[in-house]
Amino acid sequence: MSVKRKGNSTVTIFPDWCKGCGICAAFCPAKVMELNDQGKAVVIREEECINCGFCELHCPDFAIMVRPKVDDEIPAVCRAVLEKAARRTDRPAASGGAAEKTGSGKKKE
Amino acid sequence: MVDMKGTQLIHEYLRHNKKFPHVFCAGCGHGIVLGSLIRAIHGLGLSKDEVCVVAGIGCSGRLAAYVDFNTVHTTHGRALTFATGIKMAKPGMHVIVVMGDGDSMAIGGNHLIHAARRNIGVTALILNNNIYGMTGGQCSPTTPSGSFSMTTPMGQMEQSFDCVELCSAAKANYVARGTVFHVKKLDQMIMDGISNPGFGVVEILTPCHTQYGRKNKYRTPVDMYKMLKKDVIDIERYNKLSEAEKAKKTPSGVFVQKDEPGLEEKFYEMAANCQGGA
Repeated sequence: MSVKRKGNSTVTIFPDWCKGCGICAAFCPAKVMELNDQGKAVVIREEECINCGFCELHCPDFAIMVRPKVDDEIPAVCRAVLEKAARRTDRPAASGGAAEKTGSGKKKE
Repeated sequence: MVDMKGTQLIHEYLRHNKKFPHVFCAGCGHGIVLGSLIRAIHGLGLSKDEVCVVAGIGCSGRLAAYVDFNTVHTTHGRALTFATGIKMAKPGMHVIVVMGDGDSMAIGGNHLIHAARRNIGVTALILNNNIYGMTGGQCSPTTPSGSFSMTTPMGQMEQSFDCVELCSAAKANYVARGTVFHVKKLDQMIMDGISNPGFGVVEILTPCHTQYGRKNKYRTPVDMYKMLKKDVIDIERYNKLSEAEKAKKTPSGVFVQKDEPGLEEKFYEMAANCQGGA
């Protein structure tokens, strides 16, 4: 949190938990997030993130996690949420949602 | 768990066997309050067993189900009475009461003023969204005059309650008002409220877009947060404004901070004196 420089942090969005209220996209000073056609937040310009922490503090659904890039370890409880989302995308039913979920799944790596 | 922050920290305190995401509407401030409550408890270094969260009925009553503390989901308007019992039985427990504006100022209004008068050592978080959100958007005691709701389609004609003045007049030890937009200040207020002896009240202005915003020219949840950002200002700045400007703004900050001993401290002192004298 101490160093507020561009490009030092990773933004992860849990797609299953996001309700698409748009607070993160509207108030982000660097315009990192955007709402996609399904109304959910997606990360579009991660390299612009200055780690101000606004989205993380103001997300009512605890669906955004901002971490330093060097810290690769995702804590166990958070990983469980992401894995659950990944398992759902494996199911054949979701067609439009699958593309979006795998899209944000990539960003955590 | 020591150096965790943000969402990682909050996930550590949630009951993951409950259904997530939670039931609140998109953009509802109750989720932010839940996060703030968790950060405040973590910031004070309390363990999960030392905290008891008591919630009433309404949207805010759902908060207690999601956090991994000792929790009680009580009857409508009586959250403070249950909390009084818990605090008197276990004075070491940090009892936090989460109520909505209907729960605290309409049906439970009497309990609120008497809890403040007794100065019982619990912390009350009053989540004020100016409307009865869960039951269909009827006007509540805190709906501002002139605003619209399901039951006042031509505008509300009655005066509204000011929670801060009510609790200050009833002699609560700690009275503050925060908003879900100014989260870091809110964290600090909840921390101060918990660590202060006696009755602490934190009124939290949280938007209800679904029932209040749609009828009052706030088209999206973001508009309501912009309104909070613009209209709610610090108490020092508020005091410098002229009367005409004051009517448009809402003051926030700490209004009362005293160090009177709480009821449970006085009671246990009296009990010790009686046993010593006999």
